[in-house]
Amino acid sequence: MSAVVLYGFCSAMLVGMGLFGLITHPQLLRKILAFNLVGSGVFLLFGVVARRGAAAGFGGDPVPQALVITGLVVAFAATALAVALLLRLFHETGRATLETDG
Amino acid sequence: MAFDTVLAVSVLGVAAWTIVARDMFAAVVGFIAFGLLVALVWLRLAAPDVALTEAALGSGLTGGLLFGVSTRLGRAGTTMAGETSGALRLAAVLVCALIAAGLVALLPLLPEPAPTLATLAAANITTTGLQNPVTAVLMAYRAIDTLLEVVVLLLVLLGMWSLAPDHLWSGLPRRSGLSDPDGLLTFVAQLLVPVGILVGIHIFWIGSVTPGGEFQGATILAAMWILASVAGLVDAPATNRRWLRLLLVAGPAVFLAIGLAGFAIAGSFLAYPASYAKLLILTIEIPVTLSIAAMLALLVAGPPERESQR
Repeated sequence: MSAVVLYGFCSAMLVGMGLFGLITHPQLLRKILAFNLVGSGVFLLFGVVARRGAAAGFGGDPVPQALVITGLVVAFAATALAVALLLRLFHETGRATLETDG
Repeated sequence: MAFDTVLAVSVLGVAAWTIVARDMFAAVVGFIAFGLLVALVWLRLAAPDVALTEAALGSGLTGGLLFGVSTRLGRAGTTMAGETSGALRLAAVLVCALIAAGLVALLPLLPEPAPTLATLAAANITTTGLQNPVTAVLMAYRAIDTLLEVVVLLLVLLGMWSLAPDHLWSGLPRRSGLSDPDGLLTFVAQLLVPVGILVGIHIFWIGSVTPGGEFQGATILAAMWILASVAGLVDAPATNRRWLRLLLVAGPAVFLAIGLAGFAIAGSFLAYPASYAKLLILTIEIPVTLSIAAMLALLVAGPPERESQR
């Protein structure tokens, strides 16, 4: 039971750290990385909820676990699209940051 | 418990590294390590299916993608111009700490005993012909989520392709290969790719009984294609090739067709008659796995950047 609390704490910290990186990093690629940390935190929170729902001989509730698998695939696709947008921006402007006054 | 504590501290430490590292390349390396550690956390949370997906997709493919882009950005990727000021950073720390603390405070408020659908999933699993409950959720109970997800992947790929300039539409993605026929990478790729393809098919096939399934298998297949392409053994196809487009839509099309047939044979959308549920699920899974593998590989390859030879 306490391992579940530990990983719950861990996922909350990941969300906090990721948000910090998302807000403060000027680099767009670093923002994408940070956003993936937020995503991992949210998925792990789902994992904690799934683990708490262990029943019927399963180690966890399979429904949130399946949702996380779906989420991971969509998160990868979103990351790939964000990277493509970033590369296009770099190609057009030579910048990989969001400076507005440049 | 000691293992869990060490693991949680390592996860948080590596996560902090990906945020604070000055060098982008170092941050990306940190992110790959982070993904592998999180895969271990998933194992500790009794979710081996998710652990496989996280290791292959969250760490492997995402890491490869970010590696590629960080080398292409080069110096531009390391400049810290436009860095936020001290006061703003402090405010950001406060806001993020507050959000993390709020999430921690919510944990004890989770209902007790925990609500679960595991009993329902177990009670009905025989009607699907599957034994892995996660695959049963993905392919039977919540098949509509999976269908929509495959469509989302297709839409993202279209979105990425449309980032190409007009004259390159229907061109080829950037060549990532080094193509040195005598190089070590070529040798490794020749050795590893056939084995990897078998592993991918195996992971897909066992998914009905044990952890594994179409997403994990497709990710490994996509990774093998990427390895072969980095080694210069294969070149990415032009986006207007008919066989490629057929491959991409085969999965969603078969899924949708069987879903619609559910109205006639079982009374509702995406319903399977119990007597041949497993056969129908496999009929969906095989093209879906191939389509997902192609989509993931093309998402890593990126939008067209070269003229097609023809």
